[in-house]
Amino acid sequence: MSTRPRPNYPLSGLAVVLFGVVFLVPFGFIVLTAGKTAQESALLDFSWPTEWAFVANLQAVVEARDYLLIIAFINSTILTVASVTVVVILAAMAGFVLQRRRSRFTRAANLIILSGLVLPPAVVPTIWVLQRIGLFKTMPGLILVEIAYAMAFCVLLFQAFIAGIPKEMDEAATIDGAGPLSLFFRVVFPLLRPIIVTVVVVQTVFIWNDFTSPLYFLPGDENATVQLTLFNFQGQYASSYNLLFMDILLVTVPPLIMFMIFQRQIVSGMVAGSVKG
Amino acid sequence: MTTVTGAVTEAPATTVPEPARRTSPYPYWFILPGGVIFTVFFLVPSVMAFWFSLTRWTLFDQEFIGLDNYVQFFREPALSSGLRHTLVYAVTTSGLKVVLGMALAVLLTGPILGRGFMRSVAFFPVLVSTIGVGLTFQILMHPTRGVINQALDLIGITGPAWLVDPDWALLSVAFVDVWQGVGLATVIYMAGILSIPGEYFEAAKMDGAGAWHRFRNITLPLAKPATVSVILLSLIGGLRKFDLIWAMTKGGPGFTSDVMASVIYKQYQAGFYGLSTAGNVVLFLLVILIALPLFWFFNRRDDQ
Repeated sequence: MSTRPRPNYPLSGLAVVLFGVVFLVPFGFIVLTAGKTAQESALLDFSWPTEWAFVANLQAVVEARDYLLIIAFINSTILTVASVTVVVILAAMAGFVLQRRRSRFTRAANLIILSGLVLPPAVVPTIWVLQRIGLFKTMPGLILVEIAYAMAFCVLLFQAFIAGIPKEMDEAATIDGAGPLSLFFRVVFPLLRPIIVTVVVVQTVFIWNDFTSPLYFLPGDENATVQLTLFNFQGQYASSYNLLFMDILLVTVPPLIMFMIFQRQIVSGMVAGSVKG
Repeated sequence: MTTVTGAVTEAPATTVPEPARRTSPYPYWFILPGGVIFTVFFLVPSVMAFWFSLTRWTLFDQEFIGLDNYVQFFREPALSSGLRHTLVYAVTTSGLKVVLGMALAVLLTGPILGRGFMRSVAFFPVLVSTIGVGLTFQILMHPTRGVINQALDLIGITGPAWLVDPDWALLSVAFVDVWQGVGLATVIYMAGILSIPGEYFEAAKMDGAGAWHRFRNITLPLAKPATVSVILLSLIGGLRKFDLIWAMTKGGPGFTSDVMASVIYKQYQAGFYGLSTAGNVVLFLLVILIALPLFWFFNRRDDQ
């Protein structure tokens, strides 16, 4: 990688075209179909719309079923922001202590955390727990479940990052009279900025795209998240592919924006997370 | 290690007021809030699942019926075939992700232009809503009018009926899974390959090793940690996959693409909570049975 030979132009051209066709045609299809009229979209072909109905489709999708999509966007935003905020703070605190203290207890805790990364969640018993504490079919209940599911991944990422912060920092702060809380929130937490950005971005995309948890733990139209509206659109607009694809397009826009701004953090975070796991 | 914290707290005892000195700067209660949420909403349900799977259960009352749920699960072909499909799905997706991810990573770390563009384009599907991807490919894979079969027609190939063909449905979903996930495998491999010192390749080149030999004897063995990550990640992900399958086929046609996760959901929807939870426990054990030996195997080999 240090001395790079002359680029291979024919291979480059071929590869760019191949990547474009394989990975971009489906997205092109989404955008084009979202701009077609209902009859034209029913042809299912990959073609330029003869008549653009983009704005009309957008309006139709947004207004459908009393602005359900707007409600779903609000719900998904609340869910994502609340879960990510809480999980970042709690996972950073836990990761800090688990990394700094090496004992039989923390080793056991790490093993359990690893299990959280690997094992599939037991869904119906989770519903039972939520019902027992009166949080089934409520947004706070779903938020707590998302936090629990994201916890393992985040704690491991924080631990790995905190291992690179010299312990002398903590000692200096402690000698200056900082208690554990101010040591963590005033000294350590600001140093975690890079990993916090990574965790926030990766988890935002994960939770925004999560379909299974809302399906089980927050059923019902008034609570719909964007992924569920997408799924329900399929049944309601069986023949209106233009509206279905407009919905897909809208739901894809937030991750696309995240990706364009934070590409490096997302890629490095997901690589680090998978290598840890 | 714990003694270190003890030493720190004792050292400056003369200059600072005494009450704050007593506690460690790393109190265990920092773990508590996160630990409680994780325990209540992940660990407790996981442990309780073993009990509920032995009951006829309506969420409000339960009746102990022993192993009946498991017996029913393995007797009914519609349910137990989900186990086989899950394995086929997980092995197919992770095998393809290893091979294609490696190939794309070698391509993208080689002497080539447009590397950044291709990496972005291949990675972006990882971040897109799986339901959106599933619904889009459902249309693209339409047996006669779908873009994929239209394109295959142009080059004289008659494509299969994909999702509506019982022999192809599960594989079709697996292909889409690979399309969506190969970008992550690629960037993991790229990180692995770029961490190999360039001198190795130079030296091998001096000695007259061809491209294939350099790949076979340098890249492949030294990128092993990346291979381990990709295999584990995609196997574990593949075994519990639900959203993509549900969006594309709902387990159909018939039960030909039903996997464990969709069986669990269907039994839950039908009100058979005990049976659904038994399926969950089976999936649980399946993941442990596959992941644990792999963890052990890879770690042991690394030590030597």
